[in-house]
Parts: sequence; C-alpha cells; structure tokens
Amino acid sequence: MAELWTGYAWPTIIIVLQIVAIIVPLMVGIAYLTYAERKVLAAMQLRQGPNIVGPFGLLQPMADGLKLLGKETVIPAGANRMVFVFAPMLTFLLALIAWAVIPFDDGMVLADINVGVLYLFAISSLGVYGIIMAGWASNSKYAFLGGLRSAAQMVSYEVSIGFVIITVLLCVGSLNLSDVVNAQRTVWFAIPLLPMFVVFFISALAETNRAPFDLPEGESELVGGYNVEYSAMTFALFFLGEYANMILMSAMTSILFLGGWLPPFDIAPFNWIPGPIWFALKIAFVLFVFLWVRATVPRYRYDQLMRLGWKIFLPFSLFWVVLTAGVLVTFGWLPS
Amino acid sequence: MIVQSLAFYLFAAILVASAVMVITARNPVHSVLFLILAFFNAAGLFVLIGAEFVAMILVIVYVGAVAVLFLFVVMMLDINFRELRVGTLQYLPIGITVGLVLLVELALVLGTWVIAPDLTTVVAAPTPTPDQVTNTHALGLLIYTRYVYLFQASGLILLIAMIGAIVLTLRSREGVRRQNISNQVSRRRDEVVAIRKVPTRGGV
Amino acid sequence: MALLDRTARGFFLTELLSGLGLTFSYMFRPRVTLNYPFEKGPISPRFRGEHALRRYPNGEERCIACKLCEAVCPALAITIEAEPRDDGSRRTTRYDIDMTKCIYCGLCQEACPVDAIVEGPNFEFATETREELFYNKEKLLANGDRWEAQLASNVATDAPYR
Repeated sequence: MAELWTGYAWPTIIIVLQIVAIIVPLMVGIAYLTYAERKVLAAMQLRQGPNIVGPFGLLQPMADGLKLLGKETVIPAGANRMVFVFAPMLTFLLALIAWAVIPFDDGMVLADINVGVLYLFAISSLGVYGIIMAGWASNSKYAFLGGLRSAAQMVSYEVSIGFVIITVLLCVGSLNLSDVVNAQRTVWFAIPLLPMFVVFFISALAETNRAPFDLPEGESELVGGYNVEYSAMTFALFFLGEYANMILMSAMTSILFLGGWLPPFDIAPFNWIPGPIWFALKIAFVLFVFLWVRATVPRYRYDQLMRLGWKIFLPFSLFWVVLTAGVLVTFGWLPS
Repeated sequence: MIVQSLAFYLFAAILVASAVMVITARNPVHSVLFLILAFFNAAGLFVLIGAEFVAMILVIVYVGAVAVLFLFVVMMLDINFRELRVGTLQYLPIGITVGLVLLVELALVLGTWVIAPDLTTVVAAPTPTPDQVTNTHALGLLIYTRYVYLFQASGLILLIAMIGAIVLTLRSREGVRRQNISNQVSRRRDEVVAIRKVPTRGGV
Repeated sequence: MALLDRTARGFFLTELLSGLGLTFSYMFRPRVTLNYPFEKGPISPRFRGEHALRRYPNGEERCIACKLCEAVCPALAITIEAEPRDDGSRRTTRYDIDMTKCIYCGLCQEACPVDAIVEGPNFEFATETREELFYNKEKLLANGDRWEAQLASNVATDAPYR
C-alpha cells in the first residue's frame, strides 16, 4: 500500500500539479494575447481598441469567454457529428500537450526527454489535423477549401521548419531542449543563424495560420474558412488552440534562437532577473512581432504562398544546412 | 512495471482495433483517420520499448506528412466505393495468398525465437546498449558508418521516385502568361512612377 | 551593379522592414477615432435625425394639419387625421410616423409651412421592439419639447439658406 502511494499516487499528484502550474498561466496568457492583439492592432491603425470592460478593457477576454460559453453550439445537419466535435478538441489538446517539453528554466521542465525538439516538431505538424478534420466534417464548401488550403500550407512550411531545426541541431549536437538553450550561453543562435531565424519566424507564421498567411481563414474570400460552421465553445476551442499555438511557436523561437531562459548578457543587472521571466519576455516579444506583422502585411495569394514555401524557403534553408555543416566541420566547431 | 504493461496492452489494443477499423470503416475519410490513430499508437509502442527517436519520426513523417496527403487525396476524390467493391471477390485468391505468405513469415520469425532462443546471441549485437548513448546518437552511428551505402541508396530511390512524380505531372502549356515575381518585386517607385507638371490644356 | 543592388534589397527584406517601421511609428501617433458613447462627433444643423413636432413658445402646437408632409412623404410613413378643435382651429387628432418606413429624406420638414415637423439632431433612438418605432402624436410632441432649444437654433441657423 505504502509502495503504491510512494511509487504511483504521489508522483501522479506531483505531475498533475505541475501540469496545472503550466496550463493556468498559459490560459491566462492566451486570454491576454487576444486582448494584446486587439490593442496592438488598434494602436497601429490609430484606433482605441477594447476599453470598456474593466480598466483599459482589461476584462474584455473574460467577457468574450463568457459570451462564447453562453452561446448555443450549432451542429450543421449535414455535418459528420463525431469528427465535427472532435476537431476543435484535438486542436486545443495538441496546443496544450506540446508544453510538456518546454523548459522554463534550467531543469524546470515537465518532461526532459531526449528528443524534445522532435517532439515539438511532431506535435506542431499534427496541428493540421484539427483544421482539416473541421473543414471536412463541416460539409460546407468554404470550410472544406479552408481545410485543404491549411493542409497544403502547413505541410509545405513544415519542410523548411524542419531544415531550420536541423541547422540549429547541428550547432547544438543534441535534441534535448535544455541542451539547445545551454548551447546558447556564449551567443544566441539568432545572431550567427540570422537568415534561418527569419525563415523560421516566417514559417512559424504560416504554420500557425497567421497573417499574412491566414488563407485557411481568409475572411475576405472564404468567410472564415475552416471555422465557418463552428459556434460557441467549439469555436472557442479553435480560437484557444490557435492562440496557444502562437504562444508555442513563440516559445520555440525563443528556445531555438533567442536563448530561452538565458539573460541577454550574463552580467549583474540582467542575471538578477529569474530565467522564467526572461523566457516570458522573449515569448512576449516574438508575439508582439506576430501582431506587428499582422498589422503591416497584406494577405498572400495562394500560389505566392506555395512559391515562397517550396521555391524560396526550401532551397534556401537546405543551402544553409549545408553551409552550416560545412562551416562547423571546416573550423572544427562541431559539438561533441 | 505494471504501468508499462498496462500502457502496452492499451496501445496494442487500440492499435489492433483501429487497424481493423481502417479496413472495415465505410467512409474512406474515417479509414484514414483510424489509420492515423494506428500510427499514433504504434509510436506509443515504440516509446515503450525505448525507441523514442523512431517514435517521433513515425509521428512526424507518417502522421504529420504522409497521412495528411492521404487525407487530402481521399477528401478530394469523389469515389463511389460501393462500385469499387463489386469486383472484390475475384481478387480474393491473391489476397489470401499474400496473407498466407505474411502469416508464414511471421510464424518463421517468431518460431526462430521459440525453437532456438540462443540464435540471437550468435550475431554480434551491432547496436550499443541504450543506456550508453541516446537513441539518436546510436542510429546516427549505425546509419552513417556501417549502413551508409544502403542509406544513400534508399535516398537515391526516393529521389528517383520524386523526379518520376514530377516528370509525370509536369506539362508545358501553350499561351500561358506567367508572372515574373522577381521583376515585380524589384520594381521601385522612382523607376516606374514619374511625377510631371502638366501645363494647362497642354496634355502630357 | 543594379542586379546586385536589387538582390541585396530583396535578400535583406528592406521593403518589409520599412513597412514594419511605418506601422511601428503609427503606434505612437494620437488616435483618430472617437470613444463613441462618451465622445461624439459634431453634427450639422441640417442633420436629419429623429422627428419632432414643435410648439410655439406659448405652448400651442404648431401643426395646422395641412397634410403637406403626408402628401410629400415618399415612403408613406406619415398618417394624419384632423378635425376642428372646440375653439374652431384646425388641429390634428392623429399624427403618426412609422419610423421603420421613414427614409430620413427631410422632405416633410421642407414641406411644412409652419416649421412644425422637423428632423432633430437625435440619432440614438434604437428600440428593442418594432412597436416602439411607430411614433404617435404624443411621442412626437414630447420629442419636440425635449429637443426644442436645439431644434429652434438649428432652424434659425438654416433659415438664410431656405
């Protein structure tokens, strides 16, 4: 009995508490990301943004959540009910389980697995299923077109993301995310691998279906794409999943290129601030750039999107993989 | 240990059940979705035996890319599957033959273990034990040294397949006006826009 | 050289960066929108909003039931019934405007010889039911009493141009 307690029950409780400690700040982060998006876009478009609910509109996300909670979930008559309901849950679930391997500080990680980078890559490549299933199950042409676009787009940009990750891994010599961060103690990878950083960021925009690559939603031509038929909480789950994916991609960018929890300079005033705060600041910065790009760039045409992915990013990142490997081998900088 | 066993039986049961559903589901999209579930559980089994690299690659390649394209194609095609099923019976002998061959081969593989359990120890274990190096490391050591030619050969086969697919689908059409994006992008305002003072009634 | 220049421009994403810089600079400019329910934009004296029936300063209603507005109304939104009052003057017994039909063309106030029916500055009269938008004489007179100060000044400002 005692063995059952110490062997199984107690670790389970610890893990559940850790999961709660990750998910609760994440949910708050998602809520305020929607708020920040509206405020930043408003500021860049010389508007006010939400400012009624609470001081400076700070309670707006709660009001939005309550509104969606109070609405009716409409399931279209022609929809495939099982898949239709399952799709948003899948999107949301995938956005959450990826956080298991994200290191918030040295050793502060739920599952410090050896293939952390691959795990993140695998989970982010699964994100397409929620969207394509939603598009198919809705039995609506707009949703279907959105789903197809999303599938093609995410598969295309995954390839270049894969090559970028390989470039980083060449410099690290490990697939463990904590090792990736620790390898950046001397210099963040964003500096020597700047072109890869840009490619990764742009591919991350495509992978999360954000502007200027938000063709799966494409309000102006697809009236909302894959989530046309969704309402109330099913829609809210899609929404949460999408924003959680944005935060996840920002976290990935921070870990792979911006030194994760490391302070920019390892000297007195900077290393007083604890690692998780640096990490959060970096995520916030990348998220701001997400919003900034949305306020600046118009939506891509679909063939241009494919051209960018396959004809520019793929050869370019492949070239950089070879170049990085060549430089590392030539100068003997290969990590052991 | 009991948790591992429970996890194994859970993954194995779902894997077998979803594999059965792949061939019995009436809706082809459901079949593909069950196939994905099967891949996923196979990845779970790989993780259980400590092959996390293979598990992740399985998820990335098969679930993340191959199955997406399956789904893509199945959703796009409007196939009448009832019509396709009409002639199924005439393929039954071939199907049974293939199934039997597979069964015999599996029996041979398992039978070797049962009949001669010390046979596996005869071959020098090419892989280092998992507690010395990580999965990724071990695989890299093997693939890029001992099996490098096989690895390159498989890469070449894939390359040929890719080129073949491109050759099959590429066609040059007459009278298509193509967009030259690099020309468009390289246009600058001061090269293409001229501001002129036009005299009244003078015209440009 | 031009090719090199062009390639460099494309490679360093100068156009994208200058665009990003532009939006970033806009972030710190003053807002151009109004905080609507709390701040409102200026309204022209000719603004054609909610209707009102005005009274003379002594409290006598202006409308003489000439039915010109009813005749001119292109949307047929106005219904008037009239008969002589006890003191012999001709007044309306019924003056209804169906605000759901009204197209806010302002022809009624143009047609009115005594400036009785006017369209006021109020545009915030949304209701929760249709029935509340079928205005009757009491409602219109109440509107007139409520907005009289501004209605009078609007009519006075616009008078030279009529």
